[in-house]
Amino acid sequence: MAANPMYQFNVYRIGPEIKINNIDISFTNASLFMVISSLAILIIFNLGTKKSIIPNKIQLLAELSYSFISKMISDTAGSKAKPYFSFIFSLFMFVLFCNMFGMIPYSFTVTSHIIVTFVLAAFIFVGVTIIGFIKHGLGYLKLFVPSGVPMVLLPLIVVIEIISYLSRPISLSVRLFANMMAGHTMMKVFGGFVVSLGIVGGWLPLGFSVALTGLEILVAFLQAYVFAILTCIYLNDALNLHH
Amino acid sequence: MLKKIIFQFLALSLIFTYSAQSAESGGMPQLNPEFWISQIFWLVLTFGLLFIILSKFILPKISNNLETRKSQILENIETADKQREETEKKVKEFDKIINDTKVEAKNFFNSERQKVLDDINNKRLSLEKDIEKEIIKAEEEIDQLKKTSQEKVTKIAIETSSDLIKQLIGEDINKSSLSAIVEDLSKKEMEKHNGI
Repeated sequence: MAANPMYQFNVYRIGPEIKINNIDISFTNASLFMVISSLAILIIFNLGTKKSIIPNKIQLLAELSYSFISKMISDTAGSKAKPYFSFIFSLFMFVLFCNMFGMIPYSFTVTSHIIVTFVLAAFIFVGVTIIGFIKHGLGYLKLFVPSGVPMVLLPLIVVIEIISYLSRPISLSVRLFANMMAGHTMMKVFGGFVVSLGIVGGWLPLGFSVALTGLEILVAFLQAYVFAILTCIYLNDALNLHH
Repeated sequence: MLKKIIFQFLALSLIFTYSAQSAESGGMPQLNPEFWISQIFWLVLTFGLLFIILSKFILPKISNNLETRKSQILENIETADKQREETEKKVKEFDKIINDTKVEAKNFFNSERQKVLDDINNKRLSLEKDIEKEIIKAEEEIDQLKKTSQEKVTKIAIETSSDLIKQLIGEDINKSSLSAIVEDLSKKEMEKHNGI
């Protein structure tokens, strides 16, 4: 492995180059980890569908995550968000598993790439906006006009609201991407210190590395949770227009 | 000496790391658009398939499982409640039966006791009556005896006195005068005896 802490984020082709209409859609290490994460989710949750009154461990895991996300959605977006449960569940699980697989040494973190998180966030943004316009028609634009604001401040507030609304996909994607990239870079840097300081001075960065691993596992879960809960909050804005 | 070696080692390794890093640094691979399309394509493919399979096949099963478990637990609780109520009812019935039987037993005992007492009373009464009758009879007999004994005594007295006189004197005496004397004496005796 190279000592460059950014080297771990390199995407390279696995297998032959696939091109459709001059567009490169080759199978890469990123694709590999997307496939692995999805397959892991499917296998674990498929094992969790066994029909028994007293659940076994995997079934308990599946059912607990089901009720966890179900509760999260009903707490933040209310009962109207029930049809979007499976999307948010898939989203949370996909991000969580990609983050967690990234924690395995020498693996690749799919969510540390801005393009991946941005596509997810943009899809959510577009979807939420469409849902909002379908549910409320042009009344959805009232989202940008908060109630109880003095008329003098209204032009300013509306502009701020529109900017904050439009920056949602960027903040959502950059939050996940930056967290994952920063964490993995930091771990790599400390790992590099362990190697370069050797047996004499390497113990301190090694300790840091261990501590950071724990922190990064926490961050991996937390960022998946934040990603999902922000999606719920955006969905809540679209479903229940409060302003 | 050791300090110097460590310091040199540290400095050397830092220089080595720095040079290695600067040699390979090519900025962030994330901003290299070479594989962007590929990543988007594979993301859409894998996430789309994941979403479809989860929402069509796996999540309904899990929610179904949760629902059936919930309903089964509720059902079980309901039947348990029902059975508990039934048991309480049965216990009440049981208590009532025991109470009833106790009251019945008491009543039975009382009535039997009354019967026995009545019986005893009746028997005593009839016995008393019999005794009274017997007493009256006996008294009558005694009265009779008293009357007859008087006459007999007088008769015996007359005969013995006549016999005595015959032996003493050797002569029969008029019986009627003798009987008058005896009657007179016995009357006197009777009066003395009766305390008149």
